[in-house]
Amino acid sequence: MSKVLSPGTYFMQGNKALAEGAVAAGCRFFAGYPITPASEIAEHLAVRLPHVGGIMIQMEDEIASLASVIGASWAGTKSMTATSGPGFSLMQESIGYAFMTETPCVIVDVQRAGPSTGQATKGGQGDVMQARWGTHGDYASIVLSPNSVQEMYDLTIRAFNLAEEFRTPVILLSDEVTSHMREQITVPPADHVEIRTRTPPRVGEPYFGGTLVPPMPSVGEGFDVVVTGSTHNEVGLRFTADPTVHSALVTRLVGKIEVAAQSMMDCETFNLDGCDVGFISFGCTSRAVYEAVETLEEQGISAGFVRLRTIWPFPEKYVRELAEQARVVIVPEMNLKQIYYEVQRVVDGAARVVPVNQIGGGELVTPETLCHVAKEATDKL
Amino acid sequence: MSRTEVRICGLGGQGVVLAGQILGRAAVYMGKNAVQTQSYGAEARGSAAKSEVIISSDRILFPKIRSCDLMVAMSQSALDVYVHDVKEEGQLFVDSDLVTKLPPSMEVHKVAATRISRCELGSATFANVVMLGAFTRITRLVSSDAMEKAISESVAAKTKTVNHKAFQLGFVLRESH
Repeated sequence: MSKVLSPGTYFMQGNKALAEGAVAAGCRFFAGYPITPASEIAEHLAVRLPHVGGIMIQMEDEIASLASVIGASWAGTKSMTATSGPGFSLMQESIGYAFMTETPCVIVDVQRAGPSTGQATKGGQGDVMQARWGTHGDYASIVLSPNSVQEMYDLTIRAFNLAEEFRTPVILLSDEVTSHMREQITVPPADHVEIRTRTPPRVGEPYFGGTLVPPMPSVGEGFDVVVTGSTHNEVGLRFTADPTVHSALVTRLVGKIEVAAQSMMDCETFNLDGCDVGFISFGCTSRAVYEAVETLEEQGISAGFVRLRTIWPFPEKYVRELAEQARVVIVPEMNLKQIYYEVQRVVDGAARVVPVNQIGGGELVTPETLCHVAKEATDKL
Repeated sequence: MSRTEVRICGLGGQGVVLAGQILGRAAVYMGKNAVQTQSYGAEARGSAAKSEVIISSDRILFPKIRSCDLMVAMSQSALDVYVHDVKEEGQLFVDSDLVTKLPPSMEVHKVAATRISRCELGSATFANVVMLGAFTRITRLVSSDAMEKAISESVAAKTKTVNHKAFQLGFVLRESH
């Protein structure tokens, strides 16, 4: 088996495409614990990683899984874990540790209907806010949201690149539908794909400060690597009482992501210039929006959309642009208004924001429902 | 052909997800677009399971079925739950031993897939592929060559031979009856 999947078109499952994207991005360590609907990622990497000199390990639980991923990253290996809601909850403490220690890694959450065990095999989109705020303390997260098998591959590579670029954990927020769906995917030649790798520090250069994103050493390469989740100074020494050290560290950690937020915002947009009705969606739900917009256009209602490929940092610019044109902004999601409130905050009265929420059973919001809501909302104008 | 919606449903363990996967892959081999989605219960076996395949010459936007053209039912409970959105002019394929209460006004193809699999191949495991054989011959939605190739790509190496045999048993079925 070759290192990276040969270029060409495949009919592939989303989770498998994600796993292949990870291999293409240079991931050589995966630790995880089986959970529907994410298990195929671990299954595939268990076969695949040994072929490329990597390691897949099934840990005793999700806490240990992310802990070992963090350790592997400090050993200089691009690393990933994959889970679903219940496991993602268990990982929250270590996500904070990865953020505080500036450890690049990719955490996949394939959303299913929660809370708790919920409906284990049915899709949902209820982890959007957990992905943003799940760990404690001041925190900024990078969260990507694929809506096709192609993007399961592409955004996994992007997730690894962002993790290395900003030295931070990146969350790939999938859902049962996108993860289990099979469709065509085109794998590009390896030399057409940009792969980022970390830069080691020069001797004496601090690796927990001194610049917005400091260089990262690996253990075993002669650096004096001290890593702690407690507040630390530029060379990694603990300062657990000094307010200025804490403020400088955490402000920089949040700041490095906020500063880059504009460049990280990644949305698919359609007809933002002249639409009456606008949709804001992400993940599997956006597949219904594509068709709804076509149908509405055929019926003489001008419709457009913003589809969030990056959910966090929240792409405010695009949402604002849509609200400047559209009189109604419809927000369909498979949760009870998690992105709706965020949209409302950004739209700030410039348009009417209408939620469409559907949970349970894994059924997608249909294009017909969206057209109906759009027509009702425009009639009331 | 703009868009054909196919649902393969039954109980967990009957291989309905694999059957959908094979059909979708075969459609892609024929130069079409295909999306396959699935829904199953938390139990390893016995809960309601379905696999939906949409085949189209255009790009497939919404990946789920709204109006079903062709439905394969491998259990009575699956038929009862899912028959409501099959088009009037749609066609139904049922396992004739497991699905006996049929809707009155619909074109139904009865295939003894589970019995044939058990009697001819020694296990009920291959009923899904026997059914795909009959489905392929009757619907002509995809070619048998494409299906054979998709089977090779989709099943475990050690079961390839028996799965091809299962497909042929289903494919020739209408001729011999």
